Amino acid sequence: MRTELFHSSRKFFLSLVGAALVSACASPRGTGDLGIIVERAAGSVQVIETSHHTRLAQVTGLGDLSHASAVYSRDARYAYVFGRDGGLTKVDLLRGRIDKRIVQAGNAIGGAISQDGRLIAVSNYEPGGVKVFASDTLELLADIPAGSGDSKRRSKVVGLVDAPGDRFVFTLWDAGEIWVADMHNPRQPQMLKFPNVGKQPYDGTVTPDGRYYIAGLFGEDGLALLDLWQPEKGVRRVLEGYGRGEQPLPVFKMPHMDYWAQANDIAYVPAVGRHEVLVIDQKDWKEAGRVAVAGQPVFVIARPDGRQLWVNFAPPDNDTVQVIDTLSLKIVRTLKPGKAVLHMEFTPRGEQVWLSVRDENRVDVYDTESFERRASLPVDKPSGIFFTSRAQRIGQ
Amino acid sequence: MRRPRHKTGIILAALGALWTCAVCADIPAARKAELMHLLDQDCGSCHGLTRKGGLGPALTREALAGKPAVMLREVILHGRPGTPMPPWNSFVNEQEADWLAQILLEGKTDAH
Repeated sequence: MRTELFHSSRKFFLSLVGAALVSACASPRGTGDLGIIVERAAGSVQVIETSHHTRLAQVTGLGDLSHASAVYSRDARYAYVFGRDGGLTKVDLLRGRIDKRIVQAGNAIGGAISQDGRLIAVSNYEPGGVKVFASDTLELLADIPAGSGDSKRRSKVVGLVDAPGDRFVFTLWDAGEIWVADMHNPRQPQMLKFPNVGKQPYDGTVTPDGRYYIAGLFGEDGLALLDLWQPEKGVRRVLEGYGRGEQPLPVFKMPHMDYWAQANDIAYVPAVGRHEVLVIDQKDWKEAGRVAVAGQPVFVIARPDGRQLWVNFAPPDNDTVQVIDTLSLKIVRTLKPGKAVLHMEFTPRGEQVWLSVRDENRVDVYDTESFERRASLPVDKPSGIFFTSRAQRIGQ
Repeated sequence: MRRPRHKTGIILAALGALWTCAVCADIPAARKAELMHLLDQDCGSCHGLTRKGGLGPALTREALAGKPAVMLREVILHGRPGTPMPPWNSFVNEQEADWLAQILLEGKTDAH
């Protein structure tokens, strides 16, 4: 019956083929081993699956994707891709095509999906602030200008994440503030504002349990910490003066705090202007050590089991990736995957890590136990890699 | 021919953007391609792949209109203290910074 339908409806069949269907046959499939890779210069994403290292589709027409990031719908079918040019694109992984797309600002940096999956928030540079959209229709629900005090000047917004309690948390780069937006009424968000958190907070992230929000500071040595279980206690400074008064080294690419690398109550963050990974004991938020690494760290990410940290670097050391063993705090492997390693993403249980090697137009897949390269996929100027396992994680 | 001195550059700029990069012709084509790559990718990580800005300001021709080339060269080479703009003099020399400044002021997107 179904076969007859296919043959009798040539148009329908062609439209299926044209949509570059993930599964060429009509059998349904899950999305748990899927992901996207951003092709930053071409303005496209590749839909891939990690079980067999295959490319399923290429989706084009997403605009300027330099510094693009993505979050997933709670059913892990749709990726919401945040482009540099203010584009917000909802990509259907199963159909391998754009479901909806809007351009919501002139210049954007990232976004988040709410705890209940109904809202998408985007952090913007130009004009600054946060906009909130319905995740199904991309209808605008709220516009948060994010000016400091009575200032009309909109601040560039960084470090936007979701948090339990229907909240979004974000940081104002220019104003040096952290804001918590209560989204129970999406059209009228209630704002809790924390001024003077430190100089030039460049990014922020939330612990995997959603309790602590932390902003990295560029303009001074330290981090700003907010306990979201007890926001009334305010923002406090931790790891103050970790540079010990030494002149910072030049930073040729801003570090990221997109992921909170954490294991056994120990957290790991990139130092700014030091070739070090900082180790923080979360019980008292004091420094518990530091690991000297090959350059200015950009991403410090923990394998899902917490046993390894993978670190990549700013130029001129961006051909290198180092692996730190969290038990000994020793570097156990230094890899040279190729020129310009921009991003790393673990499979959900961490047996593989996928690396973007931008200048060699490749994404490489490494085994995290043997450190051997298992596969390599041709990708045009790859940057961010985002797997659907993010759909189930707070802050991602 | 020698590269114009700092003061000469300021005077030239002040005289109405008559600045020309006297020795840029000496940069080999392959190196120019590398410099364009640096501009697009590494400068681009803060200023945008299309130079429309990001955490750093826009570097489009319009945004830079009226800015002296010598100032751009100095910022490229020595950074801007108090901001995240680092000194790039370990990646490019003065002549190359002059060439990059010219590329930016002219809004060119390729090395030719």
